[in-house]
Amino acid sequence: MSSTDVKAGIDPNTMSIIVTKGSLDWAYPPFILSTTAAAMGLEVTMFFTFYGLPLLMKDLSLQVSSLGNPAMKMPMMGMHMGMPNIVSAIPGVDAMASKMMKNLIKKKGVASIPELRELAVEADVRMIACQMTLDLFEYSKDDMIEGIEIGGAATYIEVATQSHINLFI
Amino acid sequence: MADQVLDAKGLNCPLPILKAKKALKSLEGGNTLEVLSTDPGSVADFAAFCRTTGHELVEQNEEGGVWTYLIRKTG
Repeated sequence: MSSTDVKAGIDPNTMSIIVTKGSLDWAYPPFILSTTAAAMGLEVTMFFTFYGLPLLMKDLSLQVSSLGNPAMKMPMMGMHMGMPNIVSAIPGVDAMASKMMKNLIKKKGVASIPELRELAVEADVRMIACQMTLDLFEYSKDDMIEGIEIGGAATYIEVATQSHINLFI
Repeated sequence: MADQVLDAKGLNCPLPILKAKKALKSLEGGNTLEVLSTDPGSVADFAAFCRTTGHELVEQNEEGGVWTYLIRKTG
């Protein structure tokens, strides 16, 4: 039996994603992967924990920061430019960078996170909020969108044992 | 002539695929969907999408930066 054979009983068209980050840039990989996988017929589960949990909030106000983010270089004036940390540390600069990023996203015809999230919900992507994170950061289920489940680590592990593709983002 | 045309020009990944999936859902088996896209990444994506879902990629054309995909729904 080759190592690429799927373990007996696991449907190859299943995927799970642990979502641990919640900035604007990090919100994209899990939502793009989950919606595209669902569109291609996979059964997808997303488990939102720690800083990924706010991605389930009704009111999303995602930000991105170039502070300590040396790979972030935005197209500007024909070049790719990063911002010195000392500048990103100034109050208000993150909000401005986030606005610029969102404008760029819109201009390039890239979906917004709210749009992708809605597509994920419509595609029956299973979304689980981490109970521990809700308690830890004092969030309420009422702050979150409808249709999500609440679970803990064991809930995720069970999903993962039955899932062919398991990603940590 | 396709049964339905989806204009996905100006949209970036993964929207062309997601919108195509949505349009195909409302079609009957055997019907065709024509998708227009300006996203160069859509070339590989639509091929992969059709291989994985079993829908048939009947035809693919490109003119002036616009790709046209003719997809026949299977099943």
